[in-house]
Amino acid sequence: MRALEVKMLRDLAAARGQAITIALVVACGIATFVASLGTGHSLVASRAAYYDASRFADVFATVERAPLPLAERIALIPGVAEVETRIVRDVTLDVPGHDAPAVGRLVSIPQGGEPRLNALHLRRGRTIAAHQRDEVVVSEGFARVHGLRLGSRVAAVLNGRRQVLRVVGIGLSPEYVFPIQGGAPLPDDRSFGVLWMDREALAAAFDMDGAFDDVVLTLAPRAPAAPVIERLDRLLEPYGGLGAHGREEQTSHRFLEDEIAEQRTIAATIPVVFLGVAAFLLNVVLGRIVTSQREQIATLKALGYADGRIALHYFSMAVVVVAVGAVLGTALGVWLGRLMTAQYTELFRFPRLEFEMLPVVPLAAALVSLAAGGTGAFAAVRRVVRLAPAEAMRPPAPPGYRHALLERLGLVRGLSPVASMLVRAISSRPLRFAATSLAVACATAIVILGLFWNDAFDYMMAVQFRLAERGSATVVFNRPVGPRAVRELRALPGVEEAEGYRTVPVTLRSAQHSYRTLLQGIDPDARLRVLLDRDLRRISPAGPGILLTRQLGELLGVDVGDAVLVEVREGERPRRWLTVAGLVDDFVGLGAYVDVAALHRMMDEGETVDAAALRIATGSLPAVHARLQQLGGVATVAVKDAWLEVFRATTARFILFFTAILTVFAIVIAIGVVYNAARIALQERSWELATLRVLGFTRAEVSALLLAELALNVLVAVPLGLVLGFCAALGLSLLVHTETFRIPVVIAPRTYGYAALVVLASGVATAFLVRRRIDRLDLVSVLKVRD
Amino acid sequence: MTVEPGASGADRSAASGAGRDAVFVARGLAKSYRVGEVTIHALRGVDLDVRRGELVVLLGPSGSGKSTLLNLLGGLDTPTGGRAWFLDHDLSDATEAELTSFRREHIGFVFQSYNLIPSLTARENVALVTDIAQRPMDPAEALTLVGLGHRMDHFPSQLSGGEQQRVAMARAIAKRPDVLLCDEPTGALDYETGKIVLEAIARINAELGTTTIVITHNAAIAGMADRVLRLADGRIVADEANAHKLSPAELSW
Repeated sequence: MRALEVKMLRDLAAARGQAITIALVVACGIATFVASLGTGHSLVASRAAYYDASRFADVFATVERAPLPLAERIALIPGVAEVETRIVRDVTLDVPGHDAPAVGRLVSIPQGGEPRLNALHLRRGRTIAAHQRDEVVVSEGFARVHGLRLGSRVAAVLNGRRQVLRVVGIGLSPEYVFPIQGGAPLPDDRSFGVLWMDREALAAAFDMDGAFDDVVLTLAPRAPAAPVIERLDRLLEPYGGLGAHGREEQTSHRFLEDEIAEQRTIAATIPVVFLGVAAFLLNVVLGRIVTSQREQIATLKALGYADGRIALHYFSMAVVVVAVGAVLGTALGVWLGRLMTAQYTELFRFPRLEFEMLPVVPLAAALVSLAAGGTGAFAAVRRVVRLAPAEAMRPPAPPGYRHALLERLGLVRGLSPVASMLVRAISSRPLRFAATSLAVACATAIVILGLFWNDAFDYMMAVQFRLAERGSATVVFNRPVGPRAVRELRALPGVEEAEGYRTVPVTLRSAQHSYRTLLQGIDPDARLRVLLDRDLRRISPAGPGILLTRQLGELLGVDVGDAVLVEVREGERPRRWLTVAGLVDDFVGLGAYVDVAALHRMMDEGETVDAAALRIATGSLPAVHARLQQLGGVATVAVKDAWLEVFRATTARFILFFTAILTVFAIVIAIGVVYNAARIALQERSWELATLRVLGFTRAEVSALLLAELALNVLVAVPLGLVLGFCAALGLSLLVHTETFRIPVVIAPRTYGYAALVVLASGVATAFLVRRRIDRLDLVSVLKVRD
Repeated sequence: MTVEPGASGADRSAASGAGRDAVFVARGLAKSYRVGEVTIHALRGVDLDVRRGELVVLLGPSGSGKSTLLNLLGGLDTPTGGRAWFLDHDLSDATEAELTSFRREHIGFVFQSYNLIPSLTARENVALVTDIAQRPMDPAEALTLVGLGHRMDHFPSQLSGGEQQRVAMARAIAKRPDVLLCDEPTGALDYETGKIVLEAIARINAELGTTTIVITHNAAIAGMADRVLRLADGRIVADEANAHKLSPAELSW
């Protein structure tokens, strides 16, 4: 090893506390970068492989009842590659040992057991044998939660008739990677499962011989979806087509897409903060090392080292620190990425989901932080390298201080000398003070960013499921029924209240915009379903107007007072222009609401309902559930509390994980920044502080002087960080804002408190580390003439 | 005042007999420290009495132990052998906190390199000490005493070397210390400026009656002392009283 390299390593060893803290900050940045980009990449790769292998459909359509021969005409649409017709029905399942009802989605598979599109991936068992009408393949998550094994039995109510089904296989489908029931914001394996069943059996049970109610198709390579969807809609219309859509509107696909986008957003934002802080620290610390080695640089120059070689020497320190951080960060990132991917396997059901990292990712991150840190070091090196050797040998001129701006303006008067030292130390390096405070503020903001999800979800849950949806269960009927059905529900023992709704599929249009959704008819005086605006004020759907969720309004480019064209995709398919009477602030989905009476008039029908909300007395749920199963016409029953519990458990685990990681990272940043600021201040001012000690100042007084600047840094940083945290949360909520989910920027006071506490505690801990060094100041040596 | 090179007594009552007025008393004072693998004996048993109001010059070449002696007397360091007292304070066994309060209450320091705080003006540098002293002068008064009444609001970087050293002296005397300890006060100054600083020291000693110890390797300065102690190789080798004390103006080197 050359002498200069030995010097570099020894200098680093001497500054190890600083080198280690900076390397750790770099490591955190690279770890978040590697983990989030890698997780996003793994999701994309697994999805692509799975969709390809299972021949996932491109276009999906639902119809009331279409004759089988229509499939041949669909296949003839230009651009269509393959067509598969199916029977798909939601039914109530009775799973042994499970109090609350579950919704089972029955999906037909052709005889022989192999669907051509959306192929089943069998985890265990086999597919359905020909003519075996009681055999089913069950989706894996549902089977796992309910302990269903091969040979287990599940009772289902098919078209009012109870039938016992036998599990012969457990599998996965690309259609249900995110196994969610329409309308629910997150999947719940306890209350929703998919069951693949013999087509003949389903046709017999639902009176669908020679007919289908669901069709999926793939497109020929490079064929656009829009014309195919249009032609398909025209073919299906006479048979009660509910409108075809492409993959982008397929529920599971859309959630997956949103999640991947979210990962990419996180990968593009949070690591930037870490790498920025690391670059700043490298900059300051290297600048300090270069300045303190002024004489050594002069000596090297006198010995004949070229300027470039000397610059490289100092730059190589940055390289070593960043390299250590990069290696550590990559290892940490892979570990984190695996953990995150493992969390995702709970959420997304792929046959295979493994963390994969592109090697270029950590390299790119390391280069970014190196470039930023090196640039800072370079400025300091250049300053010294430019000096003539003889000049560099002399100690630098004493720093010229002046009265701080505040003093000159007369805003600060009568400060004690110690306070003046503090004010002038800060005002002589305002940029460094600002950057240090900003870096600590970033740490505060990161803690908030980790915790804010929890507050937002709590708020969302409280608003959506306590204020807006006040019932405890939702019953969906097989077909529209009269008001008597609701009265019957209300009469059930244990049911305190029941309200009926009418829901029809619609396409909403305004100018060039259109959106397909459900239009829900609600009684203006409904008590179990309340529509709320942004300020949580009730909006009643009374009158002829339509209410849209705010996002849907934005999507359609309409505001209150504008008109939208409502095209019903059911029954006589009426088309009406309705005026937007208000905007509703729902967090989940994009819905539209009208007065139920207006909907009946539009549909030219009597008082009918197709769903009902129930409020059930506590403890009566099992009894009510049992009665509902015997009631004819009930397709599914969803219980809110069961669902909420699952939601809480799932999100709580997810959020806790990220909160813990981000808190640890924020602590690393806070300690890294405060520690380095303290060490540099101590190096720069040890002579001054020792002089004060000689003059009779106590250790505590001298420490207070040094630590006061750091304390001031932290005190400025914390409120700034709280504001920054709010802005970051707002920014993130805008960035990850999707059609399926809107995250309200609600931050609880305890979150602010926790973030402030974490950063303050990190600052205090660091102060103790540095305090020890102040106590060890060498009083005698600093008084020697520095020559 | 006598020097007893062979005195082994660390008994203070014996010492007090030597000089009733003694401010500092040292018996067998020794200091050694390790530098790497080598043990350096900076002070090898020094006995000394310094009387109230005296101006003592400690003379010796570099490495003779004079700075070490000053550091021990000033409470910046503790001895490895022997004992030292300031009035009734035993400096040998004092804790860190006791030494700090000793410096704070009794000692004024003047250093070769001034040791001013660059971010504070002349007045504020003095106020640094008066803020923590028990019955200090006004900083302006101290600065006027050293002839700097007109440059009180200048920062160190705006002052000449001699002016900076006089600010350091003003800072040292402003708390009305019992003892003024000056370590090579003219070391970094040119001849003329050096004389101005020495004049200030002599004036403080004469007018305020502050016991003053000046260490220097410049033999010419010895002329202004009441007493001159010569150090060599960690020992006091000579103790001479000046029969005719010179004013700094009369000195030349």
